[in-house]
Amino acid sequence: MSDHPELTKLIFGRLTWDAIPFHEPILLATFAGVVLGGLGVLGALTYFRLWGMLWRDWITSIDHKKIGIMYIILGLVMLLRGFADALMMRAQQAISFGDAVGYLPPHHYDQVFTAHGVIMIFFVAMPLVTGLMNYVVPLQIGARDVAFPFLNNFSFWMTAFGAALVMASLFVGEFARTGWLAYPPLSGILASPDVGVDYYIWSLQIAGVGTLLSGVNLLATIVKMRAPGMTMMKMPVFTWTSLCTNVLIVAAFPVLTAVLALLSLDRYVGTNFFTNDLGGNAMMYVNLIWIWGHPEVYILILPAFGIFSEVVSTFCSKRLFGYASMVYATVVITILSYLVWLHHFFTMGSGASVNSFFGITTMIISIPTGAKIFNWLFTMYRGRIRFELPMLWTIGFMVTFVIGGMTGVLLAVPPADFVLHNSLFLIAHFHNVIIGGVLFGLLAGITYWFPKAFGYKLDPFWGKCSFWFWLVGFYVAFMPLYVLGLMGVTRRVSHFEDPSLQIWFQIAAFGAVLIALGIASFIIQLVVSFMRRESLRDVTGDPWDGRTLEWATASPPPDYNFAFTPRVHDNDAWYDMKSNGYQRPVTGFLPIHMPKNTSAGFIIAALSAATGFGLIWHMWLLAGVAFVATLVATIVHTFNYKRDYHIPAEEVLRVENARSRLLAGHV
Amino acid sequence: MFDNTASSLAASGVPRYHLTEEHHPENGTLLGFWLYLMSDCLIFACLFAVYGVLGRNYAAGPSGADLFDLPLVAVNTSLLLLSSITYGFAMLEMQRDRLKATLVWLGITGMLGAGFLGLELYEFAHLIHEGAGPQRSAFLSSFFTLVGTHGLHVAFGIIWLVTLMFQVGKHGLIPENRRRLMCLSMFWHFLDVIWIGVFTFVYLMGVLP
Repeated sequence: MSDHPELTKLIFGRLTWDAIPFHEPILLATFAGVVLGGLGVLGALTYFRLWGMLWRDWITSIDHKKIGIMYIILGLVMLLRGFADALMMRAQQAISFGDAVGYLPPHHYDQVFTAHGVIMIFFVAMPLVTGLMNYVVPLQIGARDVAFPFLNNFSFWMTAFGAALVMASLFVGEFARTGWLAYPPLSGILASPDVGVDYYIWSLQIAGVGTLLSGVNLLATIVKMRAPGMTMMKMPVFTWTSLCTNVLIVAAFPVLTAVLALLSLDRYVGTNFFTNDLGGNAMMYVNLIWIWGHPEVYILILPAFGIFSEVVSTFCSKRLFGYASMVYATVVITILSYLVWLHHFFTMGSGASVNSFFGITTMIISIPTGAKIFNWLFTMYRGRIRFELPMLWTIGFMVTFVIGGMTGVLLAVPPADFVLHNSLFLIAHFHNVIIGGVLFGLLAGITYWFPKAFGYKLDPFWGKCSFWFWLVGFYVAFMPLYVLGLMGVTRRVSHFEDPSLQIWFQIAAFGAVLIALGIASFIIQLVVSFMRRESLRDVTGDPWDGRTLEWATASPPPDYNFAFTPRVHDNDAWYDMKSNGYQRPVTGFLPIHMPKNTSAGFIIAALSAATGFGLIWHMWLLAGVAFVATLVATIVHTFNYKRDYHIPAEEVLRVENARSRLLAGHV
Repeated sequence: MFDNTASSLAASGVPRYHLTEEHHPENGTLLGFWLYLMSDCLIFACLFAVYGVLGRNYAAGPSGADLFDLPLVAVNTSLLLLSSITYGFAMLEMQRDRLKATLVWLGITGMLGAGFLGLELYEFAHLIHEGAGPQRSAFLSSFFTLVGTHGLHVAFGIIWLVTLMFQVGKHGLIPENRRRLMCLSMFWHFLDVIWIGVFTFVYLMGVLP
């Protein structure tokens, strides 16, 4: 092949054996581990003959519940990767002082912090949030599925293949060394000529398509498919926050798509959007990416607020205090989230008036957020609080998030921000709200809805271990960063000269170890709960004495969710049904119209990922062929008009009778 | 708690908490497609904003006044606007259930779109030939990107239109195909609206001194 350099270049682009990190022992060992683990999984799938089941029931499934579960599995797997990056950074910073240089060379350290940010936001938080919305929202509004079930499957696979590209960068080539938002000119072709930024661009573009489409999908679902009687102001709060989050997704992600497209034009075509010469303007990138980026943090936190609202109301056995104010607060936050992006770069020098405007709008956001905190507190006030796991996460959130919110207001003051910009104080602040808010919320949501999805509760002992390790670990890991930030230590530094700082980094590293124990406890919790599933089993479908519609059906719910579409008369629809002597219908079932599984989503997403991989490595042949194949596969899919089927009435009767027997045995 | 409708329901023996017939929620396709269009509109909004910031950064290169050939753009604009009208005729024929006339108007629409694309490609080739390619200055980068993105949309619209003509020919004007034609209609008119913005903001204002 080396006889034909032109041909080799056409096929392999700039991919050579040098791209495989043989000289990096850390990566090589990880690679070996991944290969062995992967082979183990593949072997087990083959040995237990699970391939057919996996393909038919999961990969090609358009059932919103299965897609939701797959999103959550993706998020949890990527959490392990993102957290491994965090541990590596904490370890490096704890030891790299004075003459000791630590174990990570700077070019590797830079990739680690970039990958950590990208993975945690795009491939941990987003899939977990989308997964929970996917699973819960159709059940909460009494629908059979989402508005566009095929699109839902496609969205998931786009996200998953985006994650796969990021993972591929670990072993084939390298990832960006630019920080998670890849500011030019550093991310431009002159400063980053290698594949790292291209991996960044294409993994986010591919996953971004998935996110945008799932946003459109859930919006149409919530607007069009609510059960009769469920007016907007009777929707559960989680559905409300999902609605607002998806509005934000549809209105923010196109900006990310556009700005990344412009960056790729600069890199591939040689245009001058963000270059230093020929009229380019790098600050325009920073503006645009934060016009996406700030709504993005609300995309993550709003569903968490919704989860806390559901959890507080359920575990205090009370109607949520201030439902209407909760809804309005959510909507106000949605709108305000577009008016604050410039607070991420007060130091740009846009002048006192502009900075004041954005400082003030930022501070105003704390008002609706504060209203929410008070609503939760008043819901708890004189409630019969059950300190189950989801409630523990919620209380941990309320304390932690208030601290993070206050440091946020502090950073919103432009003069203070000039001092603290890009310091570890900022790092501590946003981890304070993302871990204390989003992550605690997601863990609360996972423990809360787990029995709905699998029919048994999660083991409380290991859950409590996980909670306390996470909570204490968070404070030990991030309070030192506030101190360091106030002392002026900046972020993204792999080596320090001043030995007096070391103790703080060592404390933070210890905190990271505690969080690692929290994650380990969570995994043990999953395993132990699976082993003990018979004793943790819930046959009622309503293990927590819930209040919203998802608890009205079986756990796990049948494919069709509800044998008859529920009729809603109250905010807490299921509580209303329970307290007014609702009788579950046991006869008169009709055939149910359902969408059919399809492999098109998986195939189109895989072809898109191949296109992306070709573009990253300048393999123009692969990129061209895969792109054309993507188009063709999409067109072929549109020729399929037979996309649905009916579940026969006898089948519905069989499923519902089985549930009747279970319920009778339980009583 | 019991409102009037609920008590009358209970009185008539209808179950209070569930429907007894199959529930058919409204189809969400048109809403979903509209939401997609709005997100696409935001992509164009970004590109317009970028053009607004960079549109006068000529980097000592040619300006809009030097480059733009307004008569050519006028022809181009007429082709696209005309294609919107012919698409409208196709939709009218669809409403009258006339398959063949629908297909004819769709075909004319596609040809007008292709004509538009052809002229645009000619314009691009001409500019690049003159040394005014997208790499020359930030103004030209943003010009090519904004106009090119619109052109790319038209190209995808034509692919979609041809596909849909096959499907309409094969299955007739069934509800699925009507829905698809309505989605493409929104898409096509949307591109028209964007083009009016491009024409005004980029070409007409671009030739001002």
